[in-house]
Amino acid sequence: MIRNRVILVLVLTAFVAALTLPFLGFAPNRLVSGRAIALSEAVSAESLALIILCGAVLAAAAFLSPSRALHLGVLAAALALTLFLPLVAGAAATTLVATATPIARASLAGGFWIMELSAALAAGDALRRLDAGLAAKAGLVIGIAAVLVIAGFSGAFDQLSLAKEAANRREAFADAVQRHGFLVLVSVLLALLIGVPLGILAQRRPRWHTLVFGGLDIVQTIPSIALFGLLIGPLAALSDAFPELRQLGISGIGVAPAIIALVLYSLLPMARGAFAGLASVPASVVETARGMGMTGAQILLRVEAPIALPVLLSGLRIVTVQAIGLAVVAALIGAGGLGSFVFLGLGQRALDLMLLGAVPTIFMALGVDFIFQILLGMARRTP
Amino acid sequence: MIELEHVVKRYGGRGAVDGMTLTIEARTLCAFVGPSGCGKSTTLRLINALIRPDEGVIRIDGQDIAAIKPETLRRGIGYVIQSIGLFPHWNVADNIATVPRLLHWPKARIEARIDELLHLLRLDPGEFRTKFPHQLSGGQQQRVGVARALAADPNIVLMDEPFGALDPPTREALQGEIRRIQAETQKTIVFVTHDMDEALRLGDRVAVMQSGKLVQFATPAEILAKPANEFVRQFVGGADMSIRVLAVARVAERMRRDGAAEGEPIRERASLKEALTLMMTSGREILPVIDDKGARVGIIRLTDLAHL
Repeated sequence: MIRNRVILVLVLTAFVAALTLPFLGFAPNRLVSGRAIALSEAVSAESLALIILCGAVLAAAAFLSPSRALHLGVLAAALALTLFLPLVAGAAATTLVATATPIARASLAGGFWIMELSAALAAGDALRRLDAGLAAKAGLVIGIAAVLVIAGFSGAFDQLSLAKEAANRREAFADAVQRHGFLVLVSVLLALLIGVPLGILAQRRPRWHTLVFGGLDIVQTIPSIALFGLLIGPLAALSDAFPELRQLGISGIGVAPAIIALVLYSLLPMARGAFAGLASVPASVVETARGMGMTGAQILLRVEAPIALPVLLSGLRIVTVQAIGLAVVAALIGAGGLGSFVFLGLGQRALDLMLLGAVPTIFMALGVDFIFQILLGMARRTP
Repeated sequence: MIELEHVVKRYGGRGAVDGMTLTIEARTLCAFVGPSGCGKSTTLRLINALIRPDEGVIRIDGQDIAAIKPETLRRGIGYVIQSIGLFPHWNVADNIATVPRLLHWPKARIEARIDELLHLLRLDPGEFRTKFPHQLSGGQQQRVGVARALAADPNIVLMDEPFGALDPPTREALQGEIRRIQAETQKTIVFVTHDMDEALRLGDRVAVMQSGKLVQFATPAEILAKPANEFVRQFVGGADMSIRVLAVARVAERMRRDGAAEGEPIRERASLKEALTLMMTSGREILPVIDDKGARVGIIRLTDLAHL
C-alpha cells in the first residue's frame, strides 16, 4: 500500500531521468554540441551503488507506515543524495576532461538536474512531515550550502563547464551579482517607501482605493520587456533636455529605467500588503486605541503596524523575489546584472553561459525567500 | 459631573441624538438604556469626543470639552466597549499600562498600578501579567478591559455594553464587580446597555432613551413605580414589574428597626428578592437584618415586601 505519494513520484521521476536522460554532456569545445554521458557511464560502480541504495531507501519509505524514525531516514537519504550528486558529477567531469584537450567541456545535463531537484524536494517533504522548526531548517540549508561551497573552493567542481565559465568571467560574474543585488535592493526600498504610504492611503480613504489599485493593476499587466522599452523614450528625452541628469547616470538605457520599471512592478504587491495588513487590524482595537487617547501616529506605529507586520512582510517577500527574477530582463536595456549572462548565452547558444546567469538568480531568490520565511516566523511568534 | 445641554448629533439628516439635556452627578453610576439605534452609544461617544456634536454643549466638571485637546480629554476618561479591543500583540500588563505610558508615568508606579488593578479585578498578577489576550476567556478579557480603563485612575469611566457578549453567569459576576468597584473607587460611571434588567440593577440613575430623545431620567425605583410613558412601561415589562421591584429595592428601605427574629440573618444591603428567596427556602416569614459589620439592626417581614 502506498503511504507517501510525494516520495513515490519523486523517486520514479528521478529513476526515469537517470535511465533515459544524460547525466553529463561532454564536448571537445564549447561551441560544438556534445556527447551524452549516462549516469552509469559517468560514475564509478561504488558511487552508483550508493546512489541506488539511497534511492531504494526512499522508494521503500513510500510504502512504510509513517513514523518519526522513517522521516528521519528519508531526510538522511535525500540529503545524502543532494550532497553526493554534485560531488560525483564534479569528479566525473574531472575524469572526462583529463582524457581530452583543456578546452573540452563537461556540463551538467538533464538527468543530473532532475535527480538533484528530486532529492532536494524529498528532503523538503521529510522536513515538512517532521514538522521541523525554522532553526532546524535554517541549520540544514546552511550546512548543505557550506559543504558545497567548501567543496567548490577545494576544486571539486572546477572541471564542470559551469565553473569554467564562472572562472573565465570571474570579475564580470562578481560585478553582475553585485549589480543584480543593487538593482533589487534599491528598487525594493523605493517600492517600500512609495508602496506602503499608498496602501495606507487606500485603507484610510476608501475613495482612493479604486484609483490606487486600479492604476497599479494596469501597470502590473504591462509585459516586463514592454515596460522596460516604454521607459527608454521619455528618459532619453529627459536626459537630452537636462544634461545634468546624464551626469547622475540617468538616461534612456541603463540603471535608471531598470529601477523605475522594477519599482513600478513592485508597487502593487507592496501597496496590497500594506492595505491588507491594516485591514487585518480589528476595528475594535483601533476604536479603543482612539478612545484611550492615542494620537493618529501612535495608533499607526504602536498598534496597527505591529499587527499588520506579518501581512506586510508577506508582501515584501513577494516583491523581493519577483524583483530578483525581473531584474534579469533589465539586462536587455543595459542595466547589467545576472541577466547579461542569460542573454549573452542565448545569443551564443551557450547553455552553460545562460545557466551562469540563471542558476545564481534562482539561488538568490530561494535564499531571500528563505530569509523572509525566518523573519515571518519571528513576526508571527511575537503576537 | 457631566452636563449635556441641548446636544444634537445628526447622521444623514436624522437626529441620532436629538436635543439631549441631562446632568450626571459625580461618583454615581448612570445607566443609558434603550433599543438599538436609540442614540445611547452615540451619546457615550460624544462624551469622550470620539464624535463631535452638531449642536449643544458638553461640559465635564464645568469645562466645555470642545476646548480640550481630544487626546488629553480621552486619557482622563476610561473607555470599555463590548468587543473589548485588547491589543492582541501586547500581554495583559502592557495592555493595562497603555494610558499610564501615554501619560509618561514612572516605571515603578506603572508596575505597582498593574498589580493593584489585577487584584481589584480578582486576577492573580503572577498568573495573568504575562498572558496574551488570546489566552484568556471572554470574561477574563473583559476584566482586563475594565482594568485597562481604570489604569490611569480616571474620574470618569464610559462603558458601552461591556458585558453584552458574555454568557449570563460571567455577565452577572462582572456586574457585581462593577458595583463593588464603583463603591470602592467612587468613579463616575456612564454605562450603556440595551438590557433593562442590567440598567436597573447597576444604575444609581437610569436614562431611558428612544429615537435620540431622553424619555425618562430617574432612579430605578422611580422608573418601576412611575414609568414616564407607555414606551417605558413596555420596556420595563408590564407583568414582571413587581418582581423587578424586588430585585432593585434594598432590604434597608423596607426593614423595621424594632422587633426580633431568629435564624439565618439577611444583610441590609441585600435586595428584597434575596430576602424573599431566603424566606421561602427557610420557611420563615420574619428575618433578622444585619449591617455590613454583622451587627443586628432590625427585622423584615414578608408583608413588608408587599407594599410598593
